[in-house]
Parts: sequence; structure tokens; C-alpha cells
Amino acid sequence: MSRSGPALALAAVCFLAAVCLQVMRDRRYPSRPTTAEALYLTSGDTARRLALSYKALLADVYWIRAVQYFGSTRLSEQANRSFDLLYPLLDITTSLDPAFNIAYRFGAIFLSEGYPNGPGRPDQAVALLDKGFRHNPHRWQYLYDKAFVYHWWYRDPERASYWFAEAAKVPDSPEWMPGLAAFMLSQGGDRARSRVLWEQIARTAEHQYMRTNAEFRLRQLDAMDLIDRLNPLLERYEQQTGQRATGWAPLIRRGWLRREPVDPSGSPLVIDASGRAGVARGSELHPLPTETTPAAPPTR
Amino acid sequence: MNVGTIARVAGAVFKESVRDRVLYNLVGFALLLMGASYLIGQLTAGQDVKIIKDLGLAAMSVFGLFIAIFIGIGLVSKEVERRSVYSLLAKPVRRSELVVGKYVGLVLTVAVNLAVMAAVYYLVLGYMSWFETDAFKRSWEAPATDVRLLVAIYLVFMQLALVIAVALFFSTFSSPMLSASFTFGLFIAGHFNADLKNFGQVVGDSPIRYVTTALYYVMPNMAAFDVKSAVVHAQPVTAGYVALVTGYGLLYIAALVAAGVVIFSRRDFK
Repeated sequence: MSRSGPALALAAVCFLAAVCLQVMRDRRYPSRPTTAEALYLTSGDTARRLALSYKALLADVYWIRAVQYFGSTRLSEQANRSFDLLYPLLDITTSLDPAFNIAYRFGAIFLSEGYPNGPGRPDQAVALLDKGFRHNPHRWQYLYDKAFVYHWWYRDPERASYWFAEAAKVPDSPEWMPGLAAFMLSQGGDRARSRVLWEQIARTAEHQYMRTNAEFRLRQLDAMDLIDRLNPLLERYEQQTGQRATGWAPLIRRGWLRREPVDPSGSPLVIDASGRAGVARGSELHPLPTETTPAAPPTR
Repeated sequence: MNVGTIARVAGAVFKESVRDRVLYNLVGFALLLMGASYLIGQLTAGQDVKIIKDLGLAAMSVFGLFIAIFIGIGLVSKEVERRSVYSLLAKPVRRSELVVGKYVGLVLTVAVNLAVMAAVYYLVLGYMSWFETDAFKRSWEAPATDVRLLVAIYLVFMQLALVIAVALFFSTFSSPMLSASFTFGLFIAGHFNADLKNFGQVVGDSPIRYVTTALYYVMPNMAAFDVKSAVVHAQPVTAGYVALVTGYGLLYIAALVAAGVVIFSRRDFK
């Protein structure tokens, strides 16, 4: 063994002993779970000043925090989960890097997602997209997304049409944009219009996440169509028997259904206490958009 | 000044920094980028290439800054502290050649560092790009191995060359500890130049306005060299802008090195 051998061995033994003590301490005195996430910097301007030449990198850090925060809160089992920090995180991200396109677009999707899968704050989604357009007036996509928020979350075709028309005025916006503005005000059901819009996004969106989101919304619309076909059967059963169906078996025995119906995600559909069909709580499509109350729209 | 003598002093500084294992930071940089490229993909909702671009540029700047400051502050003062300056000045080397040679040597060290880091950076970005589908690549604002990133790397180099000049200037008359504090302080303050100018405009026609305006022009404007975000977002950085900033940097460096030469030449080592 060389002269440094004993010293190296001592260092290794000490290091291993320290790790063992750490493990013992963690077992005996487990750290309390953090109940509230902390946001040490609340002002985007302050963050900008402190970042010196590293604003873009700090914006990335805040973006990762925003994505992690949204994902972990969404998956959390807590009854009163809160998404309170999502908007400040996105606001700081976009203050540090005002050209961070995805932070505006994905951020608006995160913010407008209905509770409990998201904060259900389409007003904040609109504010974020407005900020994006102020800093990047060549990006028609922010006005397009804003129109979408008005259509999907506020159920306000007039405002949706207005913002599609505004997006059409931005140079280099697609030539189909004015058509969308007119389409919003056309006759036809809200769901039919939604289907056309989501199909277009699923076909044309440049980002995979947006295409995946559109495909998810289309599956939700398929589930709603399926439920609309099942509810008359449930009503007919109630009229014939005088009692509400609590399961699908009686309808299958009568030959009205071939098998237990499942939603497009493969999860069996359920019948609620009022005798109407719906997606199960455990289904990835839950809750369906019509099951959430549209938010009150802010002023234009 | 003899160019040959300056080159020999510069070569000695470069060799010394290699002997001091300064280039080990390159291993750290490569590991950081490769590790981050693997981990970040899981965390960023498809923004991994943008984030690796930002991280790589920031890491080049930070690693370069540490080399510039912590070696730059000792360039002259360590020779004085160790008293090796006596044997140096006994040789046919002018004081001005010594100061300029030391500066060139450290700039060369930083340039080699940046060049190797840039090569690793492009390799990692190329590797990430290789595995992406064409459809996904279309959502990027710029290609992964965008040559325009070199503009940001070049201006990082110019900024570091200016920081070395600041460190060398302080090193000619101050201790390493104080030189580090002054240099780091100026690096930070140099990012707030615009605030000084704005402050002067807010206070109106008072003497403070003239003081802040003077400070705005006297302090090195470090923020001017930062085009990292613009380049990553494929926003245009014109050749005119790069030329102006380069000219500003070179003139400021020349002024600082000249001032350092004057101070060092007047020092009495008896």
C-alpha cells in the first residue's frame, strides 16, 4: 500500500459513515413535507435585474419550475390543491425572456385548464397572451390562442370571432384566419364549431404538445357525442320501467346495447344519480368541458 | 514594444495556466452539457434544445468569467508578491511588454477555452438534433446547430477580454483580493449602466444628472455584449451592431491596458 493509502481509506470510511448517519437521521427525524411552495422573487423586473447577462437561463429555470409545478399539482392527491403560483411563475419566465414563445402558448393552456386539472383561470391565460403580443406583435398565434380561450372556456363566439379577426390582421397570419372569424358567428352548434377548430389545431399546430392537447379535446367531444346517444336510451328505459337504470346490464339484455359502453380513452361510462350517462371520475377525459361552468369573461 | 517579447510572455502565461490545470474546466463543461441534455428533456415540455442553447452559452460565459477574474487579478500582483518581478525585469523585457504580454496570454487561454467549449456545445446540439423527427424540428425557432450562435459566443469572448483588461488594470496596483472585488463589482455594475442613464434623466437638470451621465460613459457597458437570448430566438443581430460593440470593447481594452502599463511603469520596486 502506498503512503497515501491509509489516508484514502480513512477518507472513504469517514464518507461512508457520514452517509450512514444521514440515512439514520432521515429515518428518525423525517423532514416534514413542504405544505406550500415558495416563490422567493415575485417581480419579473427584479428578476431581470438580478439575472445580469443570464436572463435567458434564469427564464429556463423558471419555465422548468412552472412545468413541474403544474404537473405535480395536477397529479397531487390533496383535496384543496392550489395552482396559485402558476401565473407568477409564468409571468417571471416571460419577463426574463419576453420572446419565450412556448411559455406564453403552453402557459395559456395550463392556466385555462378547468379545476381540478388546472387552475381554471382563463382570465390569466388572456393576460399572459396579451403580454406575449405586446412584446411580440408579429406573433398572430397569441391572438389566435386568445380567441380559442374565449370560444372554449368562456363560450363566447362573438369575442372569439373578434380575436380571430384581429389575428387575421397580423402580417403573415394564415389565409384561413378570416374564415375562422366568420365561422365563429355562423349557424351550427357550439360543439360542431369546437370540433372543426380542434381538428385544425391537431392537423396544423407546430408543437407536439398542442397537437396532443387538441387530440385530447377531440376525444372529449367524441365522449360527449357518445353520451348524447346514450341518454335517450336511459330516458326510454326509465319511461318503460318507471325506474332509473343504475347500470348498463338492463339495456344490454334488452338488446339496445351490444356491450358496456366505454369512452374514447377506454374507461367504462357511468350512470350518475340523476340517471344520465357520464365519464367516470377515473377516466383521463374527466371532467368533460360541459361539466365545468364557463368563467365570467373579462372586458375586452 | 517588441512583438516577439510580448509573444514570449503571452506563451509563458498560457503554459502556466495549462500547468495550473485551468483547462480542466472543459471537462466540467462537457459533463454539464451532456448531463443536462439527458435530464432536461424530461423536465421542459419539449424545450430541451432551447434550454441547452441557453445553458451552454451561459456556462461558457460563467466559466470564462471565473478564469478571467481569478487568473487576471494575479497576472501582475502575484509576480510582485512572489518577488519574481525582480528577475523578470532584470531580463531584456520592458514593463509595458510584460503587461501587454500577460494580457495577451490570458486572452489566448480564454480563447482556446471558448473554442473547445464551442466545439463541445455544437457536438451536443448536433447529437440532440440527430434524434429528433423533422416534424418536431419544424417547431424550433432556429436549427439546433445554428451558426448564428457563434455571434453570441464571439461577443461572450469580447466581454471576457474586457473583464481580463479590468482585472489586469487593478492587478497593476492592488492586491489580488481587492482586484477580484473591484473587477467583480465592475462586472455587475456594468450591467446596470442603462439604469444610471435613466436615473439621470429622472432627476432633471441637477448636478446629479451630469454625474450619472459621466458614470454611464466611464463604466464598461457589459450588457452591450449580451445577445445570447436574441440569437437563441433567431432574432437578428446585425453586423453593424457587432462591429460597434467590438470597436467599443477594443477601445476600452486598449485604454485599460495602457493605463495599467502607465501605473506599472511608475511603480517603484526597490
